[in-house]
Amino acid sequence: MSNYPTLEYDVLVIGAGGAGLRSAIEASAAGVRVGLICKSLLGKAHTVMAEGGMAAALANVDDRDNWKVHFADTMRGGQYINNWRMAELHAKEAPDRVRELEAWGAVFDRTADGRILQRNFGGHRYPRLAHVGDRTGLELIRTLQDHGIHQGIETHMEHTVVTLLKDGDRVAGAFGYDRERGRFKVFKAKAIILATGGIGRAYRITSNSWEYTGDGQSLAYHAGAELIDMEFVQFHPTGMIWPPSVMGILVTEGVRGEGGVLLNNEGKRFMFSGIPDAYKAQTADNPEEGWRYTQGDKNARRPPELLTRDHVARCIVDEVKAGRGSPHGGIFLDIAWIKEKLPNAAEHIKKKLPSMYHQFMQLANLDITKEPMEVGPTTHYIMGGVRVDAETQMSNVPGLFAAGEVAAGLHGSNRLGGNSLSDLLVFGKRAGEFAAKYSKESSSSQINDVQVEEAARQALEPFERSVKATGTAEGPYQIQHDLQEMMQNLVGIVRREREMTRALAELDQLWRRAKNVIVHGHREYNPGWHTALDLKNLLTVSEAITCAAIQRKESRGGHFREDFPNKDSSEGKMNIVVRKDADGSMNVRRENIPEMPPDLKQIIEEMK
Amino acid sequence: MKTAVFKIWRGDANGGEFSEYSTEVTEGMVVLDAVHAIQAQQANDLACRWNCKAGKCGSCSAEINGVPKLMCMTRLDAIPLDEPVTLEPMRAFPCIRDLATDVSWNFRVKKSIKKFNPRPPDAPDGTWRIAQEDIDRVQEFRKCIECFLCQDVCHVLRDHHLQEKFIGPRFLVFVAALEMHPLDTEDRLPELKTAGGIGYCNITKCCTKVCPEHITITDNAIIPLKERIVDEFYDPLGKLLKFFRPKI
Ligand SMILES: Cc1cc2nc3c(=O)[nH]c(=O)nc-3n(C[C@H](O)[C@H](O)[C@H](O)COP(=O)(O)OP(=O)(O)OC[C@H]3O[C@@H](n4cnc5c(N)ncnc54)[C@H](O)[C@@H]3O)c2cc1C
Ligand code: SF4
Ligand code: SF4
Ligand code: FES
Repeated sequence: MSNYPTLEYDVLVIGAGGAGLRSAIEASAAGVRVGLICKSLLGKAHTVMAEGGMAAALANVDDRDNWKVHFADTMRGGQYINNWRMAELHAKEAPDRVRELEAWGAVFDRTADGRILQRNFGGHRYPRLAHVGDRTGLELIRTLQDHGIHQGIETHMEHTVVTLLKDGDRVAGAFGYDRERGRFKVFKAKAIILATGGIGRAYRITSNSWEYTGDGQSLAYHAGAELIDMEFVQFHPTGMIWPPSVMGILVTEGVRGEGGVLLNNEGKRFMFSGIPDAYKAQTADNPEEGWRYTQGDKNARRPPELLTRDHVARCIVDEVKAGRGSPHGGIFLDIAWIKEKLPNAAEHIKKKLPSMYHQFMQLANLDITKEPMEVGPTTHYIMGGVRVDAETQMSNVPGLFAAGEVAAGLHGSNRLGGNSLSDLLVFGKRAGEFAAKYSKESSSSQINDVQVEEAARQALEPFERSVKATGTAEGPYQIQHDLQEMMQNLVGIVRREREMTRALAELDQLWRRAKNVIVHGHREYNPGWHTALDLKNLLTVSEAITCAAIQRKESRGGHFREDFPNKDSSEGKMNIVVRKDADGSMNVRRENIPEMPPDLKQIIEEMK
Repeated sequence: MKTAVFKIWRGDANGGEFSEYSTEVTEGMVVLDAVHAIQAQQANDLACRWNCKAGKCGSCSAEINGVPKLMCMTRLDAIPLDEPVTLEPMRAFPCIRDLATDVSWNFRVKKSIKKFNPRPPDAPDGTWRIAQEDIDRVQEFRKCIECFLCQDVCHVLRDHHLQEKFIGPRFLVFVAALEMHPLDTEDRLPELKTAGGIGYCNITKCCTKVCPEHITITDNAIIPLKERIVDEFYDPLGKLLKFFRPKI
């Protein structure tokens, strides 16, 4: 036995955002022992920042909505490379998951007849997002947290997992350290659920926090799990761009849902030009109709500002390139204009978008009820991730499950706004249920001390190197910074083969530098050390994104290639799968998407 | 380029001292940006918490020139830079290291409060009907981002260290949100009087002043709770009337 403290669970959940909390609640309800680990304090995970809402076909605001429409919207938004079974389950189960939150104490905004209110969002045909002002994520995470703490779940806050432990093929546990004291711990478990979120910190401009270093994708990859769709990174069209210190911070799509419009420096609503064919029939062709849509007119079609995020982000890039951008290199997002339409517009905006009002007032000295905001694209979400079984959320590694942003499949090549929060609930629940079941049916796993000692040795290397450090040794922050800069420039919104090949060469260099990184000081709450250990994950996911992006020779959803600017129907029939080879190198292959069953095909036809 | 000097408290539970760092100031910069710059360039091991950088997660609480604030929402152009800016951890909580404090007490307190317990659903499909005006107040309380700045400033906790007897303003707001939730059926008033120690609050309103979410903690949460307790425990007629009154 290794001499690190060892905790034993049936199900270990790594991550305490919406997906992790929901799965921990489900697993503990099934009567198994559940441990929950997170890098930050409870309630601070990324989910807390979600603003706009969660998508579910409750049909409270528009009774034409149902799961079939939601399913078709999700598939269209993902441009049909989604896992159709996940999209089906998601659309069917999301309404129950939202109602369940209300039973646990969530307080959603209401309709006039007292039901849960729903709002418009990009790519959703009807008003579908249950919300609480623009702080829906806070409501979601707090509700789950406050419910979960009474469920007998054992929580380890401010702990970071650095390696998954295996017992033969199956997963046996996790090895990590507590951030406060820097002590190592072994978590033994029959089943593990990864709910670690995304990868945004691989890019310089991002809406994501320090936590988003791709830990789960990387842990899974190094444990032998397959990743798919890694080329699909979502660049949200509206991040703050000024002042520099707030660059990347999100401006919710809810602003456009409430009537906000995008303008270039000539004051023109440029989104009306170039509406994609697949959306022409459902998109307004004049400002008046668009406005009526945002105000709930059921006969109006949605304004082009509410087209999918990939499209809007690219239109903004084009507009800026053509010299029609705002002073700081973005475009204008204007909600103040609605005062032409509403008598009490300023109050209305503050009520509907309180945290946006607050955010711009405090961080940019700008009153959004009076002036337009300057915005530009920001790295926001990764559609790709751990490949899982649609029903159970288990990966190809027995006992290893994944849910939430770290898992892939539901969103295809582009995620619709609001479909993440519902994803967390639907598949968090499923992962919890099936991980508990798996653990009940499995024998106890064995921890391999050699793996533990090796992981501990690697984690301490940066300190040891600093003792005998030579002239070329460097700290972790510069390496992280250079990686972010490189990914932003070479594997960003607009991609080219030549640049991505160069990115691979640069990644090689960065790997080398990371292997020599040094850390000063001691192990207690040392962010330098934490950053050094995160580098492996950031580099792993950056490499996976780049390799997959080189493979996909077309443009689709979040993946846009200047050298292949169009969609290609044969490329659209496959997913790109990344896996670690026996020799440690990254294996990238193509795999055909299974044929969609006739009943689902028919739904898609009907909704065209 | 303009520079600013920061005196940052470096240390742990056993004590520490202020260290001075100077860093460049750019337009729109907030205190957290300065801390990050210092961390990246001069003190890799400087400990602090943050997540959202937009006032949404309540991680980056600290005392800036002695005032409890979120570092990510405090702009440098809003504080005088002609003398050093002091940065300290929240003083009402034990220090772990530098700007990170041990706030685990708060999580234990929350667990001790009875959880939400709804009335049976109003509709056959398992849903409820609630009017927006009946939840405006509860939604105000649910804006809380658990930054614990109000706990930090409250003299009952900060100066008198009555953590074992008083749950503090954050959890008075939490109880108020549950008690005023139109669906909830639980009664938490007896515990609020005893274990919750609501009587220790003497309505100084310091908590309300520091709340970054602008929750009117004292007027909207604490005072109404105090009134309910008076109704329930010291006013027999009021208590009798309560039987005939729907819970609001
Ligand atoms: C600003 C913003 C606004 C958004 N708005 C919306 C919206 O309106 N609607 C919507 O549907 N989606 C929205 N999204 C997307 C959505 O919020 C996220 O995709 C979602 O919250 C991810 O949840 P999760 O449970 O997968 O992960 P998270 O909530 O990020 O949780 C990840 C957890 O894993 C832990 N973790 C990570 N690595 C490790 C490790 N190595 N060891 C231990 N623990 C670890 C973290 O500490 C954390 O607890 C928004 C995103 C952002 C950034
Ligand atoms: S009003 Fe009460 S709770 Fe608030 S700071 Fe004063 S004593 Fe503390
Ligand atoms: S009530 Fe306000 S000050 Fe207190 S923890 Fe909540 S947000 Fe922070
Ligand atoms: S970092 Fe989230 S509140 Fe400051």
